[in-house]
Amino acid sequence: MSDAATTRSRHRWLGRLGPALGLAAVWALFAALVGPTFWGWENQRLMLLQTAIVGTAAVGATIVIISGGIDLSVGSAIALGTVVVALLLNAGMPEFAAAAGGVLAGALVGLVIGAFVTGRVVLPRLLGRIALSPFIVTLAMWGALRGLAKGLGDNRPVYVDGQPALLDLMRNTGTGLGAVAAPGVWIMVAVAVLAALGLRHTRFGRHVFAVGSNEQTARLCGVRIERTKLLIYAFASACAGLAAVLQFAYLGQGDPTTAEGYELKVIAAVVIGGASLTGGEGSVLGTLIGAFIMTVVDNGCTKLGLENWVQEIVTGGIILTAVFIDRLRHRAR
Amino acid sequence: MTGVRKAFAATVALDDVSFEVAPGEVHALVGENGAGKSTLMKVLSGALLPDAGAMELDGVAYAPADPLAGRAAGIAMIYQELSIAPHLPVAENVLLGAEPRRGLLLDRRELAARARAALCQVGRGQLPLDLPRGRLPIADQQLIEIARSVALGARIVVLDEPTSSLAQADVRRLFALIRQLRAGGTSIVYISHFLEEVREVADRYTVLRDGRTVATGATADASNAELVALMVGRAITDLYPRSARRPGEPVLVLDDLAGTRLPLAASLELRRGEVLGLAGLVGAGRTELLRAIFGLDAVRGGSIRVGAVVGPCPPAERWRQGVGMVSEDRKAEGLAAGLTVADNLTLARQAWFLSPAHLDAACAPWFAKLQVRCRSPRQRVGALSGGNQQKVAVARLLHAGVDVLLLDEPTRGIDVGSRAEIYRVIDELACAGKAVLLVSSYLPELLGTADRIAVMCRGRLGPAREVAELDERAILLAATGAVETTA
Repeated sequence: MSDAATTRSRHRWLGRLGPALGLAAVWALFAALVGPTFWGWENQRLMLLQTAIVGTAAVGATIVIISGGIDLSVGSAIALGTVVVALLLNAGMPEFAAAAGGVLAGALVGLVIGAFVTGRVVLPRLLGRIALSPFIVTLAMWGALRGLAKGLGDNRPVYVDGQPALLDLMRNTGTGLGAVAAPGVWIMVAVAVLAALGLRHTRFGRHVFAVGSNEQTARLCGVRIERTKLLIYAFASACAGLAAVLQFAYLGQGDPTTAEGYELKVIAAVVIGGASLTGGEGSVLGTLIGAFIMTVVDNGCTKLGLENWVQEIVTGGIILTAVFIDRLRHRAR
Repeated sequence: MTGVRKAFAATVALDDVSFEVAPGEVHALVGENGAGKSTLMKVLSGALLPDAGAMELDGVAYAPADPLAGRAAGIAMIYQELSIAPHLPVAENVLLGAEPRRGLLLDRRELAARARAALCQVGRGQLPLDLPRGRLPIADQQLIEIARSVALGARIVVLDEPTSSLAQADVRRLFALIRQLRAGGTSIVYISHFLEEVREVADRYTVLRDGRTVATGATADASNAELVALMVGRAITDLYPRSARRPGEPVLVLDDLAGTRLPLAASLELRRGEVLGLAGLVGAGRTELLRAIFGLDAVRGGSIRVGAVVGPCPPAERWRQGVGMVSEDRKAEGLAAGLTVADNLTLARQAWFLSPAHLDAACAPWFAKLQVRCRSPRQRVGALSGGNQQKVAVARLLHAGVDVLLLDEPTRGIDVGSRAEIYRVIDELACAGKAVLLVSSYLPELLGTADRIAVMCRGRLGPAREVAELDERAILLAATGAVETTA
């Protein structure tokens, strides 16, 4: 019995620490290969900064994936968000309001996705409720939002006059906490803490897991599936909206063509972090570690002078390895 | 099979098990859930490799490396969860994995002919070969699996709980088929919890308990009480406790309730402090009735009154009104297998803000009350034995503090010990003034636990009668529509 118990606790530890150990291994590898230009403090701050955008969006995607859904529209939503922020600034809105507008635009997108996914679309009343799979709905949004961003931006980047203070969100120039990491990084951390606490310590959070693990059971137990899903997609897309504000700060302009392929980076971060694409499993901390692993690979490969294509292959390998280890752990259970 | 041993990590599932089946006999393998029946059969079929022990088939050493080898040796497994591709047509299902080919292509004519021949042998020659199997009733799906074993020329057919979701008439047909196969020299291993069935169809029995063979012999020489005692290692004297109680005011009143398909018309009055049993054949509409009451399925007509509330409500409202339901399908609906025991148990009633420690603490009293055996509340519920899983599903209602319990086949496929616990809790709840609506296809259970029983036949619910006025015969007659049931 004690043998089995140790095996089990070992697997549980592996589950919790797996992504962290992976990060340590990848980090140590590049530290050894590259040297001080990699492990120096400045580079750590840079890598945190490079993680902030994908990381913030991935926090929302974690919740979607735990609930058994998927969001392919993240990249397009980010592009749309940057354009919205830039347009609002140009319209003379205060900076805070412009940023809030970007987040709000995201949340609206999420409500639309949620409406289709739950079949709560008002128009075809006669047809009754037709719920669509999130893959299809967000695939449609992936195209539509990109188009909307291009339309709003008149097919060009939207330049902003002067130097809005928003840009400081993604600059490593602050003092105090800002000296440790840029404000954008702290925003990511704050959203992550909020989401992690929400998942663990609220009824809503337990319902997210329940819906993802077995929707039928959740329904039987009185979980209001539609309301839960609507909230999930609204929150996730609001996270994408927040990531859009950071992306705007990073670029200094609104750009309808930016963040292409981010949806897949986000999903990769969530999966490397130990979530299951079939739902019911995942953690916010794991996702952040997953996002950071990808940054470390990008950054380290660049420092080694490896070309982009090598980075891409390495990232693919890491995704496979992470999922492989995860399956192994499940089989042992 | 002699001296078979199989351990998973440090858990010994089988220890020195010996098992022998003669040609042309029906051999019942009985034991509580977790006794090792499935593991033993997996070893037999080659799905699991034993750690020790030897097997012989017709006097020749037999050591299958995988299920394919087992199948080639003539061993066919028919599991409780039927393993046929639901979208493939009947013919291809019958010959799944042994499709006749001409070169690289499927030989459709040969396929149809062989499938037809196999189906004729199991008495279902008239099944349309091109219908997707998923559209057939469960009994026919099962016959397709048996037809497959016939088509593959199996010498040993293992049936794992074959009747758990069959109606009485289909059970008869299955037994006739089993006898026919036996007459043809095929050996049948028959795994079941229903001792009456074992007695009826099996020639010999072997009892497994805690991974060991505890007894084997001719079925005719053992009484049910003896078999139960062998299975649990103790005598269960009062399997069905039913205290004397006085029913109170009605809490659930149905008036001509009709669902979209089933039920057609159901009227009943469920009172506080009583267990009302719903009998009927599988497919009569009992499950649909419970689902309509609970708001899981749409309601077409009639009325539902719960306490002072009239009209259909979604499940979330029902829980708030003090109504809870246990689903008949533990795997697909009853429990979220990937979630922890604590999550599953508390899901129907949780505070806005909570902590995992709170949830664990909330489970503790129910673990004690129902004797749930698990390592910790954080264990995945899917890792528990069937009986313990079902106790968790029942505990969910207790945790939610409901007054009206809708129980749909709450003891299906679980061991005798767990069943006894669940009966005891049902009795206690009724005595405490709760109302229980119990759907069961197992008549001894209904007659043993219910105060009144209503029979459903083809979507119509007959009047509830005191259990003292009823016996199995009367219920079966009403369920098969042999007598007029509507008063």
